[in-house]
Amino acid sequence: MPVLNQRDRYGWGMISIHWLVAVTVFGMFAFGFWMVDLDYYHAWYKKGPDLHRSIGVLLLTVMLLRLVWRILNPPPAVAAGLSAREKIGARLVHWAFYLMILLIATTGYLITTADGRGLLVFDWFEIPAVTLDIENQEDLAGEVHWYLALVMMALASVHGLAALKHHFINKDQTLMRMLGKQHKETP
Amino acid sequence: MKVLFRALLLSCVALAGSAQAADYEIDTRGAHAGIQFKFKHIGISWLVGRFNTFEGKFSFDEDAIANSKIAVDIDVTSLDSNHAERDKHLRSDDFLNVKKFPSASFVSTRVVDLGDGKATVYGDFTLMGVTKEIAIDASVVGMGNDPWGGYRAGFEGTTTLNSKDFNLVLPPGNEVELALYIEGIRQ
Repeated sequence: MPVLNQRDRYGWGMISIHWLVAVTVFGMFAFGFWMVDLDYYHAWYKKGPDLHRSIGVLLLTVMLLRLVWRILNPPPAVAAGLSAREKIGARLVHWAFYLMILLIATTGYLITTADGRGLLVFDWFEIPAVTLDIENQEDLAGEVHWYLALVMMALASVHGLAALKHHFINKDQTLMRMLGKQHKETP
Repeated sequence: MKVLFRALLLSCVALAGSAQAADYEIDTRGAHAGIQFKFKHIGISWLVGRFNTFEGKFSFDEDAIANSKIAVDIDVTSLDSNHAERDKHLRSDDFLNVKKFPSASFVSTRVVDLGDGKATVYGDFTLMGVTKEIAIDASVVGMGNDPWGGYRAGFEGTTTLNSKDFNLVLPPGNEVELALYIEGIRQ
């Protein structure tokens, strides 16, 4: 399988990124949901958010690289037999993922940096804070971060269920080609 | 006629009293006042924070300190411990639940003059919807004409709360020290 996307199939590059991001997005939601209710004396009370922030920065970086990749090496056309409405819907959800991850990462950054301290990515480097002078910025950003994450989970569920529907009901190549198991001669 | 006479007499007494005790407004606009809190962090050191927004008035009579009165309203949402994520946590329903209880207040009920510019100020402190009597150890810091044509009086006061009295669990020990530094401008 080639690394780059072809006209009729995904390359393994995009396939790897897709699954890596999928696991990370669901993982980050579950991890974030778990860590915010940790007891103050829990061993992960400090480690958890540190890791969540660092992974968040990496996830956003991957999404930005993926966007560039997508523009330079577009994905294949959608599987044959989709209605115009399905095509538009799929497209909207795909682009919404980019927007949502950008917004979720930004609001997360705004919680952490609300008092002017930078965001530490592991112990590699620090992203400086931007002073916006919004009153109780951390509370506002926190609420938006949470609701956007819920929307993201809803969209990702729709995306996943749609893929299953294509596989089991429409019996087309939509899911298989994201698993790299597409046959060269598709109907 | 007798009733009218008594009313007149009473109002004369009241006027005489208020002529002696001067009313002051706490200079929160010029921020010559502060309310700090501190409690133990994991039993190892002190965590210090403050409330940035509050207002208050007091009346003070140098010759009859026991007649003094003070009332302060605190905007609990203005909590500031110099760390946005901690502030967010302290404001959340894990601790101060500021959405439900955005303000706290202190209204003095009696003042016991201890001499030497010191006094114990008893009063009702309301926090998280619970009102309890507390005692503040207060002392005069200084008073006199300010350089801009006004007259000011400054005080400091400290008290130790058991946060559990106000349904606020702050482990370990639930002990919170509050310190007030106030400068009033005579009205």
